[in-house]
Amino acid sequence: MITVENLSKRYGSTVAVDHIDFTAEAGRVTGFLGPNGAGKSTTMRMMVGLTKPTTGTATIAGRRFADLPNPGLDVGVMLDASAQHAGRTGREILTIAAWTTGVPGRRVEEMLDLVSLSPTEADRRVGSYSLGMRQRLGLATALIGNPRVLVLDEPANGLDPAGIRWMRDLLRDFADGGGTVLLSSHLLREVEVIADDIVMIGRGRIVCQGSKADLLRGVGSVARATDTRALRAALHAAGMDTTVSDDGSVATDGEPERIGQVAFAAGVVLTELRHTEGGLEDMFLELTADHQREGKNRERKAA
Amino acid sequence: MTTTTAAVTGVHEQHRPVPGIPLGRVVRVELRKMFNTRSGFWLMASLVIVGVLATVGTILFAPDDQLTHNTFAAAIGFPMTIVLPIIAILSITGEWSQRTGLTTFTLVPHRGRVLLAKTVSSVLVGVGAMLVALVVGVVGNVVGTAITGTDLVWDLSAAQFGTIVIGSLLCLLTGTMLGMLLRSSPAALVTYFVMTLVLPTLFGILATNQPDFVDVQPWVDAELARSFLFEGPPQGEQWAQVAVTAVLWLVLPALVGLRAVLRSEVK
Ligand SMILES: Nc1ncnc2c1ncn2[C@@H]1O[C@H](COP(=O)(O)OP(=O)(O)OP(=O)(O)O)[C@@H](O)[C@H]1O
Ligand SMILES: [Mg+2]
Repeated sequence: MITVENLSKRYGSTVAVDHIDFTAEAGRVTGFLGPNGAGKSTTMRMMVGLTKPTTGTATIAGRRFADLPNPGLDVGVMLDASAQHAGRTGREILTIAAWTTGVPGRRVEEMLDLVSLSPTEADRRVGSYSLGMRQRLGLATALIGNPRVLVLDEPANGLDPAGIRWMRDLLRDFADGGGTVLLSSHLLREVEVIADDIVMIGRGRIVCQGSKADLLRGVGSVARATDTRALRAALHAAGMDTTVSDDGSVATDGEPERIGQVAFAAGVVLTELRHTEGGLEDMFLELTADHQREGKNRERKAA
Repeated sequence: MTTTTAAVTGVHEQHRPVPGIPLGRVVRVELRKMFNTRSGFWLMASLVIVGVLATVGTILFAPDDQLTHNTFAAAIGFPMTIVLPIIAILSITGEWSQRTGLTTFTLVPHRGRVLLAKTVSSVLVGVGAMLVALVVGVVGNVVGTAITGTDLVWDLSAAQFGTIVIGSLLCLLTGTMLGMLLRSSPAALVTYFVMTLVLPTLFGILATNQPDFVDVQPWVDAELARSFLFEGPPQGEQWAQVAVTAVLWLVLPALVGLRAVLRSEVK
């Protein structure tokens, strides 16, 4: 489990990360979502001690990263797959990591196998690697110490759809085995595919966090009735605003249960009733669309 | 979350009671990193290549009566004072220039330890290179005098070899210091050559124009003080001058550099 408490980072007058709190649970893949410049990488660098926080702490199962005697055995880290010496071969990079963490040399071959880098590819210098190959090598480096926690910054960046599927399966297995995965992305679709939980960050602040299922469901509901006018009248009488779409569905900000009760009391026959979709998407688009807008963050926590 | 998750958490999330990473292991890793890149490999190879070229050059161009072990040692030793600092610089700046520090400093989060390991491995390479130079010099002397038919002269004492090694290591450590201080390969390389080529010239000019400065020069001119080490064992006061210039141009800036590395952001 990763616990982040009151973490912030200030660069002169820029506040890159602004007092954030969240946890990434064991057994789950947590997606750290936010537009460019939101503070994802800064947060992850602070977790692993590469950047000194202005306030707050980050702990891995209760311990500060710097206090781990051999961090590679506890936490696998990939912050930037391209941050490698271009003149070194993939195999050498893995060998160095294996030596440093003290794991047996055969882990190198096992990891190459796991991320499907062929022996010939492994003996090529990483300067000639594609972005996807670098991501695979980065993941192999992170996994070499057989850690229980993974911290990955934009791991799906540069992967094709098959690569994303492969990574999802790999991380799924890792989490199902009790591991903790924290991965960042600036693409909602990517996170939607891979994560169980989502922590959304914008301009350094947490905008919302919760399980993907809850967050995607959004606020409010959409209903359809045999008599649309009667349904709207009943909802208005109950103090709710409604919007009707061309297809006759009625959108409100009440929860489905409430709408059902109102319709029942008014004797209106519902033909459809569900949560509004895309709440997360709207929120994310709002964040992405206008970086200047301040104080419009909707603070919402899903259980 | 379900209870299974909690159970799994209980098993896996305990930190393994592992020992820390011993310094010797980090030194071994840093040594390997010096050799396993294309540029690193050729830099190491150049130590030997330059040594052989210098030997051949000495045989071809030095007057026959100067084909002594000392001449060979000097011919081979001089290029070392250029190549060794480059090796020491790149070992450190590569972590920033090539951004490998992102991995290095997360696998070993104590940067002071990594720097210590880098310094130790650079010194090991330096001492190794000096021994290679000694052997190449011996071979050159034997072969060279055999070709020219002159007498074999062994005029390099152990003490003299010792001070040459110290002088070369001071050059090498200056590279280490600049790497820490500047954390950029081009900046550190340029500064090294300014320090060893431009600065001594300026001191020389100052000495010619300011007679008072002549007495002070050996106490502030690191290059001049180091030359005492290369030109035979230094005498009395010269040792003090070597020490004082080393503190001034090596130890103090190294402390500033160490502080900078410990506080800097790795990204
Ligand atoms: N050294 C620095 N000095 C000043 N500002 C900085 C520095 N490092 C980061 N920032 C700022 O902090 C903010 C957060 O940057 P960060 O790299 O964490 O964002 P991110 O969420 O990872 O974005 P991306 O999706 O583009 O990777 C940005 O506005 C960035 O400009
Ligand atoms: Mg980033």
